[in-house]
Amino acid sequence: MNILAKIFNASNGVHPPEHKLESTSLPIQKVAVPERLVLPLRQHIGNMPKVLVKVGDSVLKGQLLAEANGTVSAAVHAPTSGTVVAIDEQVIPHPSGLPDMCITLRPDGQERWVAHDAMDYRSMDRVELLRRLRQSGIVGLGGATFPTHLKLSPKGTHPVVTLVLNGAECEPFITCDDLLMRERAEEIVLGAQIIQSLLGAVECFIGIEDNKPEAAAAMKAACEKSGFAAEVGIVPTLYPSGDARQLIRLLTGKEVPADGRSTDIGIQCFNVATAQSVYRFFAHGETAVSRIVTITGNVARPGNYEALLGTSVDDLLKAAGGDLPNTDGYIMGGPMMGFTLPSSAVPMTKAMNCVIASTPGLFPPPAMEMPCIRCAACADVCPVSLQPQELYWFSKSNNLEKALEYNLQDCIECGCCTYVCPSHIPLVQYYRYAKSESIAQERAQTAADQARVRNDNRLARIEREKQERAQRNALRTAKADTGGDADKQAAIQAAMERAKAQKEGVTPQNTENLSPAVQAEIAGIDALRGDMTSTAPTTETNS
Amino acid sequence: MLTAILVMVGLGLALGIALGYSSIKFKVEGDPLVDKIDAILPQTQCGQCGYPGCKPYATAIANGEADINQCPPGGEPGIKLLADLLGVEPKPLNAEHGEPKPKSVAFIDEQTCIGCTLCIQACPVDAILGAAKQMHTIIAAECTGCELCLAPCPVDCITMIPLAEDIGNWKWRYPVFEIKSEIKAEARA
Repeated sequence: MNILAKIFNASNGVHPPEHKLESTSLPIQKVAVPERLVLPLRQHIGNMPKVLVKVGDSVLKGQLLAEANGTVSAAVHAPTSGTVVAIDEQVIPHPSGLPDMCITLRPDGQERWVAHDAMDYRSMDRVELLRRLRQSGIVGLGGATFPTHLKLSPKGTHPVVTLVLNGAECEPFITCDDLLMRERAEEIVLGAQIIQSLLGAVECFIGIEDNKPEAAAAMKAACEKSGFAAEVGIVPTLYPSGDARQLIRLLTGKEVPADGRSTDIGIQCFNVATAQSVYRFFAHGETAVSRIVTITGNVARPGNYEALLGTSVDDLLKAAGGDLPNTDGYIMGGPMMGFTLPSSAVPMTKAMNCVIASTPGLFPPPAMEMPCIRCAACADVCPVSLQPQELYWFSKSNNLEKALEYNLQDCIECGCCTYVCPSHIPLVQYYRYAKSESIAQERAQTAADQARVRNDNRLARIEREKQERAQRNALRTAKADTGGDADKQAAIQAAMERAKAQKEGVTPQNTENLSPAVQAEIAGIDALRGDMTSTAPTTETNS
Repeated sequence: MLTAILVMVGLGLALGIALGYSSIKFKVEGDPLVDKIDAILPQTQCGQCGYPGCKPYATAIANGEADINQCPPGGEPGIKLLADLLGVEPKPLNAEHGEPKPKSVAFIDEQTCIGCTLCIQACPVDAILGAAKQMHTIIAAECTGCELCLAPCPVDCITMIPLAEDIGNWKWRYPVFEIKSEIKAEARA
């Protein structure tokens, strides 16, 4: 283990006030099991999982409640033992504020675990390991929530040689990864070893920003202790160097192609918290049941809290001593990329790394939007080298085609451009609008193409059936015209002949083939009958 | 003089052969314009344009028999794209052919359905599943919302349900900011 000597040139970015010290003074604290847990089924990117339980079922901690459905999907487990009290739509932490399917659990407070065992990843079959990981519910905990088992089985042609562990945590306010690295560095390093072995990678880089010296020291010590040959790269504190592509460039000097994935250049990136949950799964059989979340901003005891998934934000705030007066809302995620929660009753999900109780002082209402003066300050800070001022024009005027031509899809929505804009234009909101609009158009196009194919197939089928019918009719008429009558006559003739032959063959006689004794008896009876008819009158006269 | 004539005749022959060859070699199957127009049309196959489907309407536009403003599901954006493609001025939607509606899918009330298969025969994209005297149901993912199944149903058991917004199809809104009313604030003070 050593410190990475060279950090490659930092890309563009911004350095907003960090606000990290508020929440790093206390160690990670556990939140008590709440009275109610609400588990959204969609806590990851991909398909809705299939529910396996019904209302009234009692479940154990770590029991599978909904299994992964399709390729891109993740499972949902019971975070504690209790009873399923509802499976319905509830408001989830999402910028739309719309409800989605959730399983509601009433904990029994006993925390009884389902049977769970450690697995030896070295001796077990890789396919079997990935199958188990698929049902473990582990997703990327950095915020993207992409199912981890898929990242461990990349489809690219290039073998993965480099593992990058992301501990940069570049957004202001958020400190959950920092505290996790300080307190549980060994588990992270063991998880990284498992991931490296599953990927078949040969080297590992751990990227940590230089504002987290304690975390970097803990990680270094943990690597040394377990003899893990990873290189810790101390990257300069600059938002958004925690973005996977930015961090990969900082640590390896390689640029991920815009239209590809990092695996195309042999690199795979995992968040440190994800590595820790992979370790918990393999070493203890523990599925995704809890996570660490930073509760900060205008609360009494800002800090990091380990809570069961499904714990409501209200309960988290209570654990942090409650919010102080003047709180005007709650932001999930950081101030740069986060969004205002629709309500504080929403549950904590796998994606929730931070909740900030905001005040007008911390986050003043947005200033009035002024016209763009084309100063290009946004272009100077854009970490993915786009032309935000051009994208703004095209997005604002709904010219999506042109916006896509200017690589709108490469925008990572980091918000640097909005942060520096002297005209206070909410640039990222325009890009988000344009991006979701273009995704909707793409979907509509796919649906239209599918409808066209189905319509074509239907018309072809109708045409084929018509032809088949015409063919059958033609065959029938052809038969009637040429040999139809002759056939019929021949058939009638044949039937008549058959009947005749039958008649001749069967001559009903029941006195044939009788034994001589029976024949003699019949003859005797006949003779008696003859005598009786001739003698009867005589006997009458005699008497 | 003779040389000039020969040169011209030679050139004519050479170019003629080249053109004749390329017209055979690079012959385009089908009408590319019809396909381009068809690609813009929304493929609901609803027939509101007066033609029995999107392809026939595309053919009619290409032949100059139909106007570009007869497709209500395509709406104004569709007309604009057609106008761009054909190099004509966009015009407002012809109200004779109907108004644009929000995207809906058909829904069969299974209590009322008698299993007559008339809707199955009417569906242009085979999005209805069922058999004679058996329950019919709509495959929602394939339904284009063309409403062609409504008319043939003898018991009126099919209704159109507009697609609700959910987490899966939610879109970020166009940024709009409230203009603060200073007068109101003053009046309150």
